[in-house]
Amino acid sequence: MNQTSPQSATLPPEEVAKIARLARLKLSSDELTLYSRQIGQILDFMNVLREVDTSGIEPMVSAVPCENIFREDIVIESLPRKTVLANAPRTDGKFFLVPNILG
Amino acid sequence: MKFDVIIGLEVHAQLQTNTKIFCGCATDFTPDSPNVRTCPVCLGLPGALPVLNQRAFELAVIAALGLRCQIAPFTKWDRKQYFYPDLPKGYQISQYDLPFSFSGLVEIPADPAVAGEENALRQVRIIRAHLEDDAGKNVHDESGRGSDSQVDLNRAGTPLVEIVTEPDLRSAREARLLLEEIRLLLLYLGVSDCNMQEGNLRCDANINLHIHHDSGLTTKTPIVEIKNLNSFRFLEQACEYEIDRQLKTYGTMTEIHDRTKRTYGFDPARGITFEQRSKEEAADYRYFPDPDLVPVTVTREQVAHWETLVPERPQDRRRRYHSAMGLTPYDASVIIEQGRPFADFFENIVAHGADPKQAANWLTQDIQRILNERKCGINEFPVPAELVGLILAKVSEKSLTLKAAREALDLLVERSEEQSVSAATLDQIIQERGLAIVQDDSLLKEIIQKVIEKNPKPVADYLGGKPAAAGSLLGQVMREARGADPQVVKGLVTAALDALKFADS
Repeated sequence: MNQTSPQSATLPPEEVAKIARLARLKLSSDELTLYSRQIGQILDFMNVLREVDTSGIEPMVSAVPCENIFREDIVIESLPRKTVLANAPRTDGKFFLVPNILG
Repeated sequence: MKFDVIIGLEVHAQLQTNTKIFCGCATDFTPDSPNVRTCPVCLGLPGALPVLNQRAFELAVIAALGLRCQIAPFTKWDRKQYFYPDLPKGYQISQYDLPFSFSGLVEIPADPAVAGEENALRQVRIIRAHLEDDAGKNVHDESGRGSDSQVDLNRAGTPLVEIVTEPDLRSAREARLLLEEIRLLLLYLGVSDCNMQEGNLRCDANINLHIHHDSGLTTKTPIVEIKNLNSFRFLEQACEYEIDRQLKTYGTMTEIHDRTKRTYGFDPARGITFEQRSKEEAADYRYFPDPDLVPVTVTREQVAHWETLVPERPQDRRRRYHSAMGLTPYDASVIIEQGRPFADFFENIVAHGADPKQAANWLTQDIQRILNERKCGINEFPVPAELVGLILAKVSEKSLTLKAAREALDLLVERSEEQSVSAATLDQIIQERGLAIVQDDSLLKEIIQKVIEKNPKPVADYLGGKPAAAGSLLGQVMREARGADPQVVKGLVTAALDALKFADS
């Protein structure tokens, strides 16, 4: 495939590392290299799309063709606490417990 | 060294809805029962779909109109992504580039220390007001032993309106005044209870200094954002401390290279600000349109309708009480800051014939005293404003003395325990107690004559050159002629005694 041709861009590994950090993902150096190339390919494809002349076209902000969907301000019963905490990694029966947050 | 203080605020107010912004969980304050107001939507469970609360949107629009903002015809929702234990979705639903409102204005008194004159005004421009959902609450272990933090998600998903100002504030005091004015406005608009103890109104302050060096050079200090200030005092203290800190840090520097914006917290116990996030962790929110929510469009007709729901702003009332009613700006503020029911009560008294100044005095003194004694608010005051107005109207037309009017009010309050009080009750009280000013001088003269005849000793004392002796006579006449105007009685008693003096000589 010509996506792997030398002309294909890669996203610099430090950029990939930054994105991974923001997403709380730990990547090995092999993964960094792999994703640098793959994300580069995605960006290449975006560059293809950018060639389309979109002047005078409103940016699309929603993929759903409708607007103004509301609900009334009426209380619906919440889940029981037991259910809410059922999948918590750790709990004291009342709260979710997480490692100490500093300040 | 000369310098300008530049402050802008981001104010977050919880909207007074029954339910959360994107789900039907209740928004009541339940600090003692953590995690009982959640559902798949506000827990951020996979597949859950948020739907906008119509009431939250309307309240937010009314808030924005109160702030004199423009309402956007088209608005949408964006995800602001960051990780924190109190944010189960991993993103906050907020509004990035198309907020529902923008370009507003709030006016506050300018700080005389900065403006250089008393009674100047500061126009604070509002950049935008947008809607977003609140996070949950973290309870930290404060023992220092590093135990777990507890997370309560009852609050997660509560509707907030965020109000962002231009950096138009020029001192810590002005920052406080603006937050106070916004709180008052939101209370009058009825869109938020602004309960600061419960965290329903809080703000972030962005501060930096423009330092003017003797050489003519001006340097700008890096902007510091102080997060999560939840009282007026803390806001003012934090700004004061930060101004001082920036001045000490940068005051003598003629060049400031690092202009990175920093995030600080405020420690009320020590009264200091401290850096919270280091540069490497600087927020990178990667906003993008939330695909789970659809845009909202607003027509001009809708805006016109919502405009009708915006009551007179506190700022406008203050001006009217001063210019049209003749109250001092101070008295006007005292009444308005007591809240809308109190100010409405005041206007009702005036509408029923009371002199505005008299009404203001009564409300802030006599009626406030009764409210304090009964530990209740103006809504529970047992005497209707119409009746209070009627009493004061009688004072204005000089058919009641102020003292008699107070007595009538106290009696009305007393009687209200057993019956509902009306104008008839008031007339009855005035009659029973003889509170009405006795207009008929001949009746008064008759009483005075009787008192003089019955009290030869004080009369002799007076005539012998002791003017103070007239006091006891005056007291007796007043007791007999209830409701008489003391000034009139005094004049008549003195005249009667002086007549005796001339008769003697």
